[in-house]
Amino acid sequence: MLAYLLRRVLYAVPILIGVNLLTFVLFFVVNSPDDMARMQIGVKRATPEAIERWKVERGYDKPMFINDEAKGSARFTETIFYNKSLRMFALEFGRADDGRDIGQEIRDRMGPSLAIALPTFVLSLFASISFALLLVFFRASYLDFWGVVLCVAMMSISSLFYIIGGQWLVSKLWALVPISGYAPGLDAARFLVLPVLISVLAGIGSSARWYRTLFLEEISKDYVRTARAKGLSELAVLFRHVLRNALIPILTGAVVVIPLLFMGSLLVESFFAIPGLGSYTIDAINAQDFAVVRAMVFIGSVLYIVGLILTDISYTLADPRVRLQ
Amino acid sequence: MSAPMGTEGGFQPVLLWTDALLWLLVALGVLAVFHARGQAPLREAWRKVGKRPVGMATATVLLAFVAVGMLDSLHYRPLLPAVDAAQAAEAGAAERAGPVYSTEVLSVLDAVLAPLRLQTEKTYSAPFAWTLYQRETIEAADGRQLRDYPRLLHGGAHLGEEPAAGRAGDLAVSMARALGQAALAWLAAFVVLATLVWRGSGHGWGEVAAAVLGGRTVLAWRAALVMLGVLLAAVALGVELAPRYHVFGTDKVGQDVLYLALKSVRTALVIGTLTTLVMMPFAVALGIAAGYLGGWVDDAVQYVYTVLNAIPGVLLIAAAVLMMQVVIDTHPEWFDTAAERSDARLLALCFILGITSWTGLARLLRGETLKLRELEYVQAARAFGVGTPAILRRHILPNLMHIVLIALVMDFSGLVLAEAVLSYVGIGVDPSTISFGTMINMARAELAREPMVWWSLAAAFVFMFVLVLAANLFADVVRDAFDPRRG
Repeated sequence: MLAYLLRRVLYAVPILIGVNLLTFVLFFVVNSPDDMARMQIGVKRATPEAIERWKVERGYDKPMFINDEAKGSARFTETIFYNKSLRMFALEFGRADDGRDIGQEIRDRMGPSLAIALPTFVLSLFASISFALLLVFFRASYLDFWGVVLCVAMMSISSLFYIIGGQWLVSKLWALVPISGYAPGLDAARFLVLPVLISVLAGIGSSARWYRTLFLEEISKDYVRTARAKGLSELAVLFRHVLRNALIPILTGAVVVIPLLFMGSLLVESFFAIPGLGSYTIDAINAQDFAVVRAMVFIGSVLYIVGLILTDISYTLADPRVRLQ
Repeated sequence: MSAPMGTEGGFQPVLLWTDALLWLLVALGVLAVFHARGQAPLREAWRKVGKRPVGMATATVLLAFVAVGMLDSLHYRPLLPAVDAAQAAEAGAAERAGPVYSTEVLSVLDAVLAPLRLQTEKTYSAPFAWTLYQRETIEAADGRQLRDYPRLLHGGAHLGEEPAAGRAGDLAVSMARALGQAALAWLAAFVVLATLVWRGSGHGWGEVAAAVLGGRTVLAWRAALVMLGVLLAAVALGVELAPRYHVFGTDKVGQDVLYLALKSVRTALVIGTLTTLVMMPFAVALGIAAGYLGGWVDDAVQYVYTVLNAIPGVLLIAAAVLMMQVVIDTHPEWFDTAAERSDARLLALCFILGITSWTGLARLLRGETLKLRELEYVQAARAFGVGTPAILRRHILPNLMHIVLIALVMDFSGLVLAEAVLSYVGIGVDPSTISFGTMINMARAELAREPMVWWSLAAAFVFMFVLVLAANLFADVVRDAFDPRRG
């Protein structure tokens, strides 16, 4: 098991190198730092001095890969590639355009992101599984049919509508919770209720429909018929046999997104003004702060790979027949 | 008053990249129809789609959207009127002699909707309103200044001095007339359809017509007819009312919201279909290569898609779009008109979305190829000495097409929804491109306004909902018909 995990972690290294190279090509080769400077300063005001100053401020004035002017190992470390790309492996992201340390900012903003993403994740799973079970219990009835129709209709509604509609209805018309904002500590609850509920509602259509097909697949298996034949009630069959077996693919499928919960949600955080990583990313995109976007891309892929490894582990825990070697 | 910029008097056709690709897709679709007619299994699968009332009804709706989108994909630059041309020449904009064309690129849909496009107001007005949404200081006839809601220039202008009294009657008469026209058109469509079904069936015409109405035909024509009735009613109402009222109101700069919603359809179709079209060659080539050749090719392809998968989609899209923006902004000389620039950006967005989403299809194709490679007939072909290219073309590729088709229809709705979100985040289409996303984005600022300006949002969401719902339902029917694992 330990050897397997070690190998998985080692396997992750080339993938991260690939991600790193890809972002480097995207941010520094597709457009030269001069192009980016010209665009950020504005084409009309981009004098050569202004461009140079912009590059020095951000450390983009060094050579790309090899610095011929430096000596020894500095030949390789005094370059854009080393400073901007390789140092990300040490989780050193440098500074954003507003001068703040990106690493510190990320640590500060993880909390609020998690405060909204974790309850959303748990509640979504619970709500979708319950709804799917309800549909499966009444399968091949009108309730089932219209339930699926409802799921498809809910999938077809833009997530922007859920957010805008929910804010308007609950915060503005009924004035139950503040429209947006955030407060640290327990006080955050009144700010979090609405975004969490809206996210759950927005996601329930597609996942409930997907879970329903999983349950239906499971329910057509032989052991379920045996269970019924020995006189178990439909509810007992559903909860004790079908649910437990169908949960394996559902939960292991959900494990991969758990680390990504740290990243928060772009849309919800920006609409509800929650100071998490999602709104940080959006602000960076709108301000064209390339350093922050680059850092978020790297962290996102690290978290994704952690999620993949966790998925493998969860397979062995959920299903004793799976042996990792 | 200056004469309105007419479309008469000549034009210069403009072929945008997305136009060319959309028409290519239509041509491929027509070819596929002819191909499917000759192939029994394909014919049978499409028959299955046609037998389901949901399939026929949603196909009708989608065809209507496609018609709007394709009309909007025939672009041209109108000839400038002589006076304007002289001015342009004086200003040095056009040195050469001969006709001068406007830099504004229009489409056939723009020409059809000319009244909607040109009847702009000053700012917001509610649906069917005859005044603006805000009070303004107006000067009365006797020179006094008063604050009141100014009359609209176009919306309800025909109502005269007492708009409140006349509007209800006018609306009722117009709607009745529109519904009457729709009923006539529907009847004509029904007669044509019944005749087509009747031709060569060996039954009497009345018998066939009754079967169509009773839903007893093999293909679910009744569902299509019902949906056609709804669509015809909507179109007739629009034709009747839209020139005289702003049916969905106007937006901040006074543009008709119905016009914006109809123009958004093309953007949604481009994103929804071209994304899959441009990534398909990569996905198919790499998926088959990985599955059939195996070895280091397989390793390399799997490595590439694991790396692409590892980056969360939105972030990869954000990074790529930011970089694309820099490229486009630093090379203004590539584009003649603003339309060409925003079109290039739209196409680039399709490519970027394609790069982030081809991995799923490639993985499916790789798995299926692995399975097909071991089947007896492929092994037999190999034993007979058939070359690899021939095997791939003749035995592997045709058996993968159902996966590609299913991917094409299944991805569509998700991509349409994604466009709105991405445009909202600021990494979607060019702000000057009319799309559901930009409509929502512009309307968002007005949510805090009291009373709320809701109609732009409502129109964008309703149009998007109808399109995506139809696409979702149609995709399910197609998947059920083409996926051999589903009955």
